[in-house]
Amino acid sequence: MAASNPSVFLLTVNGHIEGANFPEYDNLYCKYCFVYGHDWAPTTGLEEGITQIASKSSQASHRLIWNFPLATTFKSTNPSGWPQLVVSVYGPDVFGNDVVRGYGATHIPFTPGQHTKTIPMFVPEPTWRLQKFTGWLTGRRPEYTDPKVVAQGEGREVTRVHSQGFVSVSFLIMTKDMKKMDYETGPSGPANKPSATSG
Amino acid sequence: MYSFYSLQIQVGKGLPTAEEAFNFFTLNFDPDPPDVIETSSRRRQKQRKTTDEDEEHEDSEEAPLVQTQEDLFVIDQSPQDFLEIRKAEYVGYQKLLQLQSELLFTPSFRTVPTSIKLPENMKPRYLEDEGLYVGERPPVSLTNENILENRILKMEEGKKWFGDDGRIIALPNPIKESSTRPPLFHMEEALDPALQTVYRKSKYANLYIAGAADPEGDYQLDVDVSGLIFSHHPLFSREHILGARLAQMYDQYLTRQRNNLTGHLTDKLNGLRNALRNMLESHSGLNPTQALQQRISEYNLEVRNTRHLRDSEQEKDRTLLKNIVKVWKEIKALREFQKFTNTPYKLYLRRENVDRVSDEQDYEDEILAEVVELEAETEEEYQNKLAEYKKRLEEWKLCRKKQAQDDTEGEDEEQDVSESEGPTDEPPPKPEPPERPDLGSIEQWVREKALRIRRKPGEAILIPELSASANITASELCPRAEKARREDVARRSLFTKILYNDKEVSRTDSRSLNTDFRVHFGQIFNLKIVNCPQSISLQVFEEIGSSCSLLAQVFLPVPEPSVVTGSVPLEEFEFSSNQRVMFDHEGVGSDVPLSFEADGSNKQSLLTSGKVSCCVSWGIGDDDVPLAPPISQQPGGGHLDAVSYIGASGLYDMKKIGEWAKQSRLDPNDPKNASIMQLLKVASSGEVTAPEYFRLEHLQEEFNFVTDEELEKSGRFRLLKLRNQEVAEFRNYKFIPALEREVTDTVFQEYEKRLKEGEVIDTKEHLDSHRALVAKYLQKIRESVINRFLLAKHHYLLSDLVTEEEIPTIGEGSGINLFKLAEPKRPLKPQRKERKKVTAQNLSDGDIKLLVNIIRAYDIPVRRLQSKPFVEVSFQRTVLQTATADGPNPCWNEELQLPFSAPNGDYSTASLQSVKDEVFINIFDEVVHETNDKNRGKSIQTHIEKRWLGSVKIPFSTIYSQSKIDGTFKVNTPAVLLGYSKEKSHFTNSGFDILRSLSEGTFITLFITVDPQLVPGESVREKVSLNGDLKKPLFDTQEDERLLQASERFERDAAQRYPDRPCITTVIDLSGKTVFITRYIRPLSPPKELLDEFPNNPLEATPLVARFVSLIPSLPDQVSFSATCDLWSTCDQFLTLLAGDEEEHAVLLCNYFLSLGKKAWLIIGTAIPEGPTAYVLTLEQNLYLIWNPSSGQFYGQYDTFCPLQAVGCLVNADNVWFNIQQYTSPMRVSFDITKANLWKPFFSRTFSHPGLSSVQPEELVYRRTDRAAAAELQDRIERILKEKIMEWRPRQPTRWNRYCTTTLKQFLPKLELIRGQDVAEGHRHELQSLLGDYRISGFPLNLVFSEIRPIIEAVYSTGIHSVQASNVEFALAVYVHPYPNNVMSVWIYLASLVLT
Repeated sequence: MAASNPSVFLLTVNGHIEGANFPEYDNLYCKYCFVYGHDWAPTTGLEEGITQIASKSSQASHRLIWNFPLATTFKSTNPSGWPQLVVSVYGPDVFGNDVVRGYGATHIPFTPGQHTKTIPMFVPEPTWRLQKFTGWLTGRRPEYTDPKVVAQGEGREVTRVHSQGFVSVSFLIMTKDMKKMDYETGPSGPANKPSATSG
Repeated sequence: MYSFYSLQIQVGKGLPTAEEAFNFFTLNFDPDPPDVIETSSRRRQKQRKTTDEDEEHEDSEEAPLVQTQEDLFVIDQSPQDFLEIRKAEYVGYQKLLQLQSELLFTPSFRTVPTSIKLPENMKPRYLEDEGLYVGERPPVSLTNENILENRILKMEEGKKWFGDDGRIIALPNPIKESSTRPPLFHMEEALDPALQTVYRKSKYANLYIAGAADPEGDYQLDVDVSGLIFSHHPLFSREHILGARLAQMYDQYLTRQRNNLTGHLTDKLNGLRNALRNMLESHSGLNPTQALQQRISEYNLEVRNTRHLRDSEQEKDRTLLKNIVKVWKEIKALREFQKFTNTPYKLYLRRENVDRVSDEQDYEDEILAEVVELEAETEEEYQNKLAEYKKRLEEWKLCRKKQAQDDTEGEDEEQDVSESEGPTDEPPPKPEPPERPDLGSIEQWVREKALRIRRKPGEAILIPELSASANITASELCPRAEKARREDVARRSLFTKILYNDKEVSRTDSRSLNTDFRVHFGQIFNLKIVNCPQSISLQVFEEIGSSCSLLAQVFLPVPEPSVVTGSVPLEEFEFSSNQRVMFDHEGVGSDVPLSFEADGSNKQSLLTSGKVSCCVSWGIGDDDVPLAPPISQQPGGGHLDAVSYIGASGLYDMKKIGEWAKQSRLDPNDPKNASIMQLLKVASSGEVTAPEYFRLEHLQEEFNFVTDEELEKSGRFRLLKLRNQEVAEFRNYKFIPALEREVTDTVFQEYEKRLKEGEVIDTKEHLDSHRALVAKYLQKIRESVINRFLLAKHHYLLSDLVTEEEIPTIGEGSGINLFKLAEPKRPLKPQRKERKKVTAQNLSDGDIKLLVNIIRAYDIPVRRLQSKPFVEVSFQRTVLQTATADGPNPCWNEELQLPFSAPNGDYSTASLQSVKDEVFINIFDEVVHETNDKNRGKSIQTHIEKRWLGSVKIPFSTIYSQSKIDGTFKVNTPAVLLGYSKEKSHFTNSGFDILRSLSEGTFITLFITVDPQLVPGESVREKVSLNGDLKKPLFDTQEDERLLQASERFERDAAQRYPDRPCITTVIDLSGKTVFITRYIRPLSPPKELLDEFPNNPLEATPLVARFVSLIPSLPDQVSFSATCDLWSTCDQFLTLLAGDEEEHAVLLCNYFLSLGKKAWLIIGTAIPEGPTAYVLTLEQNLYLIWNPSSGQFYGQYDTFCPLQAVGCLVNADNVWFNIQQYTSPMRVSFDITKANLWKPFFSRTFSHPGLSSVQPEELVYRRTDRAAAAELQDRIERILKEKIMEWRPRQPTRWNRYCTTTLKQFLPKLELIRGQDVAEGHRHELQSLLGDYRISGFPLNLVFSEIRPIIEAVYSTGIHSVQASNVEFALAVYVHPYPNNVMSVWIYLASLVLT
């Protein structure tokens, strides 16, 4: 691949899954994976991972800290199917069963630079109230068949969710050859201030 | 004491007497001594008897009350007479309510009918429906609104509170929907950095002028309010109006005089004329050149224009003068009439005498010059017209001539011409010659004009001079009304407020209104400012006594920074107010019609108006530095004040307004801006014309990032498009190159080839044109079905996305669940747990393994001495084998793991379903030959040879859909195995033997599964039935609604009670319609040829018929239709397509049996290895037989090796019966369908059979067998197979034993005749004797013909080509037996011969 005539562009994602804020739960861990389109491929780094179990500090701050590093490089030919980070948080319930505490997804930022994203998390709701009870009892809450569902829009209309908690992720984004392939991703460099929270 | 008593008395008696009253007021209330004694004694008493009760006290007090009275007043009435005892006034509750209801009004809750709220005979008008902007009303609960409405309606003029739509008029809801504060995600102190509040100067800070914050940079605006003059004021008298008019006209006159446009233009005209004259004179002799002519005509034009201008100016001057005189005359007349003077105006007309002679001379000269010019102009015009006329005349003549010519030519042509040119070639009307202008009249016209607009020659020039020297009549002499007016004027005073940025900053002193309606303020205000000036305005207030009212507001433009005090003159700003004022005195008022004519006509109404003279400028500091901000930046992009932007005088300039509207980005939808928008629209409508067409997506083009042609041309876009459409070849295409040049055409080759194939039938691959056609047809159906299902695929169910525990049914109760919690972790008797299912998409190559557990086999053909059978499993060209075992009933118990890779690495459900690969399980016999190599002496070479004994093949799709296959299968053994025989049982008494005698053939027990367990694709049908509303758009139907509902109910019930028993009542036919299943069953006669073979007993033909059916190739629907969906074709379709799955085979077989007079049913059940399938049940001599339609085999009801595992329901033409017995295994099931407790019928007494007609044709038409085609096919297969075998043996030479081949070939038709059932022992002997010296091993294969590929696969899987012996020879014979309708039975005899 000649440097002057690239046929792919590279997107390097560094960063951290910094932590989460789940006021009601403790001892949580987080799984992450990337979801991307057909024209994307990870070249280096882990595509999915799982953090340690973190419990809240006894101090005033009730934040869970994972500080789990992300370092992945993607190559692509087409911005369609831009990678998304899918995080799902799990933790034990009252009976010690591992249950899901939240799903969430965010797109990897387009622009190079540092970004901090706060991902609101949600979990699927049981269909019936009775099921909610039995689910609570047996520790088998409704879960997505595949956490990657939260990165796609299709079919979501059949689910009901309720939101709980936030996960904050910081990204350090680098791109290579995007400009050369005529993709503009807006202002880059130092002018780019940390963006606001994601919706 | 006394007073107390007396008061008591008064109260008791009512009114006191006069004396009493007198005493009360006058007497000194000296206490009476006895009373004092009494009281003191009582006090003592009290002291003494402290223990006395209170009652006693009271008594003792009560007593003196009356006594004292008697003592004090000598009144002969007893106190009782003054007291009147009455009942307390009490009003009953009901009455109270009644009274209250008279007084109180309780508004009703009910909705008020609109008719009451609106004026009579008016319909409610809904502005919103008319497309007008209506703000959102603030939310009010309906009850409250009703109460309010009812209340309002009770009031006077209640209706005025209701709008046109019959609702209470309300302002739009002022509450913003979005909260102004962003949601706080973090509750603790460690706030997200993105949410950290950052101090930013408030928005308003932008309005400050830069540098205004520091003390040096102070800016100062000087507002000089000099004074104001009213051009009309309500207190004007008539004379004032005229006076104002006169003054105005005089002003105008003066301005005009100062500009002296007339004089200027006259001079210009003269100059032009002179120049023209000079030019003409200097070139008089010469021929005028082109340039000169051009210049002359230019001069002429200029002269003409200037003359016109001068004339109009002169006319204006004259008219003005005339008007001045007229108004002055009116004033004089008015003063005369009213006998007093109000205004000081006095007009003098100064005469300036002129030299009469020279003046007349000038006048005449002027007229003459003008006449000459006009004549020249008219002449020129005439000439132009004449030329035009001539030209047109010429044309006309030409036209006439042409027509005349046409007339003479042939009729046809004439018609042609008239047709083609007829309408356009109307003879043009003969042009009229222009009239010659009357030159004489020109002079007359000029003179008239001159008379009108110019001073008469010799007349004195009149110069009006207006002075304010007239005496105003003193008030005493005026009539009463005028006096009142003047008093009123005197009472009034005016002041102005100065508003800076809409805030009052200062105001002028109040000055009284003068009689001449001028107010002089003469005040300069220095405004020290910090905010950017947005608007400066003056408000003129009028004060009468203490009340003041706003007269008008005047906007002043913000001065440029260069405008500084001292350098700017005062400007006059007009103002006006539309207040209506009327007086009963001489004041004319404002906005009141008044007339100056005697008859009251020509009414006009004047509004209060006037001019403020003032100026705004930037102040100058001490050191002559202007206190103006630097050229200021536009204050933000925010709202610009229109007036400050444009300046008051520019408000009539549309352009400026437009510019302003653009800059300030007015919201065109805001009703507040509606008027401006309307104005701008009207103003600009002259220039911009709206398009007359309407385009739906007029912005579409702007969204296209490349043109359509480019999009078509580009390979990359094409690739992207195809992938998006999920075209099979590109469905999971990875990495579409980013650059056009990297897309190679080879990518499309396959796709294009497939597209082409659709049209061209490839006979080569199919060997048979008919089958090629069928393949094409199938392909088409498949496509249409796929399209139909693409839609369904994108409908998700909750279960697709969310895994959720089922609610335990009430019967089992949650108690069991609770019990489960207490279960031991490792129970003694563990229960089988379901393996976790894996969704297909997150898999990759190598993740999936096919586990084949080969347990044992029964009754394997054995060699004479011994046999060492082993099993070889091949799947996707991976071959694995077990260890060898011994004997005819070997037990391997071995697990083989075969890797599985999905096509194109696509592990989606749809892709996995369409995997066509099959698992071949071949049983081989290992034969070890020991050959003494003579050359080498002692060394012994061992050849291991494997000989094929039989095979089982299981399609992967079956494994995938069933997730596991567990059972004993009949091994497909060749009819003849040379060198092998079935071991005859030595222990005839053993129980096993009895079973074996019932079932002939070899069996193998297998367990196959996929690891990890894949989620089988949900059938579309299932999905459809789950969300019932989807059913209709997907599958239309001709069935009765009631029937469909009933069938749905039936199936649902069945699924609920017996979830593992298949129950089908409706199926989908090839056109995608839902059809009731019984419609498929109808007696249909099998081909005549088959019956003809057994003319005596048609029942004998039964096996033959079954064989015929089994020879029709099988094609699982899952494979062909990728989505799991059962399509049922009718028998004729089936026979035409020559492909179908078990259901079609079963239906056809069932129909044949029915026509043969048998009692036959369709069994819907599960079998191994097919899974849910259809078999046929017949009843023959009290014995139930179960037929496998795809193999043609039949089993008794109690056959152990019957592949049918479960019976779900039975179907015949009349009814469907569902198995409600305890067991499903055919062995334990009673097939007596008349028993309602065992079989639940679909049609019962409550829901009788509606007489459904069959979808099957009345009769099947068969094509004759084509023997020639069969022979040709036979040759081709033989050739291809020979080539293939040689191809598979690239290292060794492949020799063909011709002799053996011919022998075998003769043998094959016999095998077909006996349907390969009887193993001909004799045949082996025959062969052996023929080929004495050879050790022969071989077998015939019988295959169903569909394509060549499966045949090759089958031959390959026998491994016959892998014989390594150097001196091996092969024999291959092919025989194709044709059956009616192109059904072929293919026999392949393979043998390897080794010379011993």
